[in-house]
Amino acid sequence: MITLNHYLFVSGLLFALGLSGVILRRSLIVIFMSLEMMLSAANLSLVAFSRFHLVDGLPNYNGQALVFFIITVAAAEVAVGLAIIVALFRARQTTSVDDITSMKY
Amino acid sequence: MELLFYLFSAVMILFGLGVVVSRNPVTSALCLVMSFVGLACLFIQLDAFFIGIIQILVYAGAVMVLFLFIIMLLDLKAEEGRQINYLALAGGLILCLVFVVQLGSVLTSFEAGDVGKTPQQPEMTTDKNPEGLSELAMERMAEKKLPDVHLVGWTLFTKYNFPLQVVAVLLLVSTIGVVLLSKRKLT
Repeated sequence: MITLNHYLFVSGLLFALGLSGVILRRSLIVIFMSLEMMLSAANLSLVAFSRFHLVDGLPNYNGQALVFFIITVAAAEVAVGLAIIVALFRARQTTSVDDITSMKY
Repeated sequence: MELLFYLFSAVMILFGLGVVVSRNPVTSALCLVMSFVGLACLFIQLDAFFIGIIQILVYAGAVMVLFLFIIMLLDLKAEEGRQINYLALAGGLILCLVFVVQLGSVLTSFEAGDVGKTPQQPEMTTDKNPEGLSELAMERMAEKKLPDVHLVGWTLFTKYNFPLQVVAVLLLVSTIGVVLLSKRKLT
């Protein structure tokens, strides 16, 4: 039987993958994708909690409302972050974090 | 059902691994799309139909297209000839390994998480009429079907009406911010 723990473990694995991507990869774009993966892992655990914690026989929709807000904020964050990466690329012609070590140029 | 859970989890985790290990950013982005599709399937298995569809529409549709667009705009090539920083590699792997081990040890002792999916979806219904829920949704519940979108919408527009409007302002602000950042020079 699939229990809540199964879902939490899978979500934790996805989070660990995203964390390793942020630490290991040197390309800003891939780091950004890994951040999205970590946010989605949090979403999975929220939806799992909402499904397994029933209120009056229905899933707890507070959790799903929170997931909705997280997805909205993540979409806004991606737009702003990618615009910053494009601006950075215009100034420095690179997206590797090894080449961007100073705050000001 | 159990087989499907393992299948979709494997799809999600393996393609997530592909995002981290592949050297070509386009491959990473396409792997992330597949990973999100697996995640959306898990959402739908958890009876969160609306969130599952939104996950595909927003992430796999809009966000990943934006990523691919930027990758092609900047003409990013696969990282080649770059020296691997072995210290960072070891540090990252150890950190993640410690995280997974800790997760496993916490979850094995987490007894509240040892619950199955009861009741199953067709029996999921309530006699209590949440105030303001539409008649269509109540009919659906009488037919033993879960009116997921109705209930999410009802929660968002009653309990979370103010945060919903604040999020709208946030989207507007981010749109203006992106336009300002992308402009070459302010006139």
